[in-house]
Amino acid sequence: MKRVSLDKLNELLSALSSSGAVYAPVRRDEKDVYFSKWSEGSDVDLTVLKTSRSAKDLFFPQVEDIASFKTEGKKISVIAGTPDGEKFTVFGVRACDARSFSILDKVFLADPIDPYYKARRDNSTVITLACPAPEETCFCSVFSIDPSSPEGDVTTWIKDGFLYWRANTDKGAEAEKNVSSLLEDCDETAVKEAEKQTKEIVSKMPLSNLDLSRFTPDELLPVFNSPKWTSLSKACLGCGTCTFVCPTCQCYDIRDFDCGNKIQRFRCWDSCMYSDFTKMAHGNPRKSQVERFRQRFMHKLIYFPANNNGEYGCVGCGRCLSKCPISMNIVKVIKTLGAEEK
Amino acid sequence: MQVMTDVLVKRAKELLSSGEVARVFGWGHGEFGYDTTPALFEDEESLGGFVYDGFCGANISKYLIAESKKEGKTLAFLKPCDTYSFNQLVKDNRINKDNIYAVGIPCAGKVDIDKLKEQGVSGIISIEEGDKEITVKTVYGDKTFVKADVLLDKCYACKGKEHKAGDEFISPELSEDTTNGDKYELVTKLENMTPDERFAFWRSQLSKCIRCNACRNVCPACSCLKCIFDNDNSGIASKANADDFEENMFHIIRAFHVCGRCTDCGECSRVCPQHIPLHLLNRKFIKDMNELYGEYQAGEDDSSRPPLLTYTKTDAEPSIVHERGGDK
Amino acid sequence: MPINEENKEFTPLIVAFCCNWCSYAGADLAGTGRLAYPANVKIVRVPCSCRVNPTFILRAFQRGADGVIICGCHPGDCHYTSGNYFARRRMTLLFSMLDYLGIERDRTRVEWVSAAEGAKFAATMNDFAAKIHELGENKRLGDLRCK
Repeated sequence: MKRVSLDKLNELLSALSSSGAVYAPVRRDEKDVYFSKWSEGSDVDLTVLKTSRSAKDLFFPQVEDIASFKTEGKKISVIAGTPDGEKFTVFGVRACDARSFSILDKVFLADPIDPYYKARRDNSTVITLACPAPEETCFCSVFSIDPSSPEGDVTTWIKDGFLYWRANTDKGAEAEKNVSSLLEDCDETAVKEAEKQTKEIVSKMPLSNLDLSRFTPDELLPVFNSPKWTSLSKACLGCGTCTFVCPTCQCYDIRDFDCGNKIQRFRCWDSCMYSDFTKMAHGNPRKSQVERFRQRFMHKLIYFPANNNGEYGCVGCGRCLSKCPISMNIVKVIKTLGAEEK
Repeated sequence: MQVMTDVLVKRAKELLSSGEVARVFGWGHGEFGYDTTPALFEDEESLGGFVYDGFCGANISKYLIAESKKEGKTLAFLKPCDTYSFNQLVKDNRINKDNIYAVGIPCAGKVDIDKLKEQGVSGIISIEEGDKEITVKTVYGDKTFVKADVLLDKCYACKGKEHKAGDEFISPELSEDTTNGDKYELVTKLENMTPDERFAFWRSQLSKCIRCNACRNVCPACSCLKCIFDNDNSGIASKANADDFEENMFHIIRAFHVCGRCTDCGECSRVCPQHIPLHLLNRKFIKDMNELYGEYQAGEDDSSRPPLLTYTKTDAEPSIVHERGGDK
Repeated sequence: MPINEENKEFTPLIVAFCCNWCSYAGADLAGTGRLAYPANVKIVRVPCSCRVNPTFILRAFQRGADGVIICGCHPGDCHYTSGNYFARRRMTLLFSMLDYLGIERDRTRVEWVSAAEGAKFAATMNDFAAKIHELGENKRLGDLRCK
C-alpha cells in the first residue's frame, strides 16, 4: 500500500501522462463532468460519482471510422481503418464503470474479436477510485460489485487528504513505476477505515436490497410474456438516453456516409429504443415501443446472463435512473416484474 | 401535496365510475419521492399509484395524441403550461379534442431535482414538500430548501397561472406565476456577443450532444410520425453526430421545424442528459417572430395562424439580419 | 470548396437556388446577353423560392458550399401568388438563427430577380461571389468528411 497527498494530484497525473494520455473526470461546466484528456489546468473532479457519460466511451467511442471507399474512373479503392494503438491511462474510474469493461470484454473480445476495442483495451491502464459516499441511485452492490474496493489495474482510495494507491496487475505496477517518486509507503489502516465507512453507507441505501432472484434464464418466457411490460413502457419516449449513458450498452450500427468524393463507413452506437434498430429488408422485428423497451431489459437481465454464466448486463451505476426524461428505469422494471408471482 | 393528490384521485374515480371517462392520464409514483413518471391509469384500483406533487414537471400533453385515438374519453390532468402544448396539438390536428376530458390543475412551480443535487444533496431517502419549502431526508442528513430557488428552468419563464384549455378546473386559485426576470435575458446576452463568441458558446454546448433524441421525442411540437433524421430515404438520416456539422444540423433543423408551434414549454432543456440549453434556440426564434411579425404565443388558443403560415406584403427582407443584433 | 493547387488561390463554391419562373429565366437572360458571372456559382432550379427547405441550405454547406443564395420572383410577382412571401419569412428566421450560432451572416443571402433582370442576376452573383471570396473558406458549417 502506498499513498500520496491529494495536494500533489496534478503532479501525479502529470507523471502518469509521461507514458501516454491520461483521461480523468474533468469538470467541463457547472453541470457536467466527463472523462476528458487531462492537461495542466484541467479541473479534475474526484467527488462526482457518475460522469455525464460513462467511461465506456474511451474504449467504445460513439462514432468510429472503420473504412472508406474511393472511386477513380472505374477503379474502386478500399481504405481500411486502423485500430488506435496509442497507450493511455484512465484515472478515477468508479467500481461500476470498472466492472462494465469486463462486461464489454465478453462481447468484443469473444470470437470474432473486435480489433478496435481490443487495441484500446490492450493499450490502456485503468486506475479506479473507491466511492466514499454512494448516492441513492447507486445499486452496484446488487451485482456483487464492491464500491469500497473497485477492481482495476490500480485501485485508489481517498481518505483524509491522501490518495491511497494499490497496484493490482502488471500494467498497474508499470504505472506505479512512473509515479514512484511521489508515492510513500503506508499501512492499510486508513483504507480499511474508508472501506468500512462505504460499506456502512451502502447498507443504508434504498436500492441495496433489490431482489434479482426472478431474473434467471429459466424465467425467460414468463418474464417475456408478462403483461406488466405494457404499463411499464407506457411513458417511454423511445429516446436513446438510457442506452447512451449506460456503461454496458454495446449495440452498434454500421452506416455509410456519402461525402461526395468518397464513402465513409463508420460504426456508431445504436439504441434498441429506436424505431430503426435491427431494421432489415423486411422491416423492423420490433414494431412497437413495448417490444423495444422489453428488449432492453430482457437483454440486460435474462439474455446476457443466460449466455455469460449468470452475469447480468447491468452494473448498477444508476445513470439511467437520473437521466431518463420520464424516470422509467431498470430498478422500476426489476421491482415490478420481481414482485410478480412466478 | 398529498392533499392535492387525494383531491385529484377522488375526482378521477368519480369520472371513471360514472363512465364519463375510460382512463386517466397523470403521473405515477417513483422510488425516491422525486422520480415521477407519466402514467396511464385504467381502473380505480391502479389510481393508488397516482401522484401529483412538486416533481410532476413532465408535460403529458404529447401522450394524448395516442390516447385520443382510443375508444372512449381519456381524462388528462393538465397544468397551466401543459394546456398550451395541448392547444397546439389540437391546432395541428394531432389530438382529437373530443376524446379528451381535460382537467386543469393548479401549479405553483415544479422542483428541479438536479438543482438540489447540484447543491450537494445525495443519498435521498424521502422528500417532504410544503407550500414554500422542501425538506430532503438523506442518509447524510436532512436539508431544507426554499422551493422558489430550486424550480425547473422552465418555471422561471412561466407563461402564467391561467389555463388555456380545460373542461373543468380544480383549485385554479392555488396556481402561481413563478416568472423570474426576463425570459429573453440569455438570448439577448448571446445576441450581444460577437459571432466568434457565439460560435464558441454553441460549439461548447452542442458538442456535448449524444444524439439520444430525448429533446425531440419529448417535444410536443415534434409529432411527425417519422422524423427526417430517422428516415434513410431523406439523405440526412443520422444516428450519431459523426461530424460537428451534424450536431448543428440536427438542432437547427429541429428548432426550425417547431418554430411557430413551439410553446416554449422547456421540456427539451429539462430532459437533455447533457444539460444543453436547447430552449435558447427555440426562444431565439420566438423572440425574432415577436419582434418581426408581432407578438404571438403558440398554444394560447387552438385556431389562430402561426407566423410562418401567414405573411404580410410589408414583411422585413432577410437582409434585416445584417442590421439587427450585435457586432458582425 | 476547391483550392487551386497551382496558385493556391481560393475559389469559393456558391450554390444558388433559383426559382423556375423568374430567377432561373433571369440567369438564362444573363447568358443570352453574354453577361459574365463566376463559373463557380452552381444553380439549382427549384419550382418556387418557397420550395427551398432549410435542410437544402445546410446540406449545401455540409457538402462544401462557401455561400448559399436564394433567388426568387419579386414579392408580389410569385407565379404561385404567395410562395415568396412565405420564403421571405422562413429565410429571415433561418438566417437569423445561423447568425445566432455564430456563422458568418454574409454567407447566406436572398435576392429577388425577375426574368427580365439578366443584368441584375449577373451583378448579384458577381457581388455575392466577391463577398464570399473576401470571407474565405466556410469553416464553421462544413463537414470535415466532405473536404
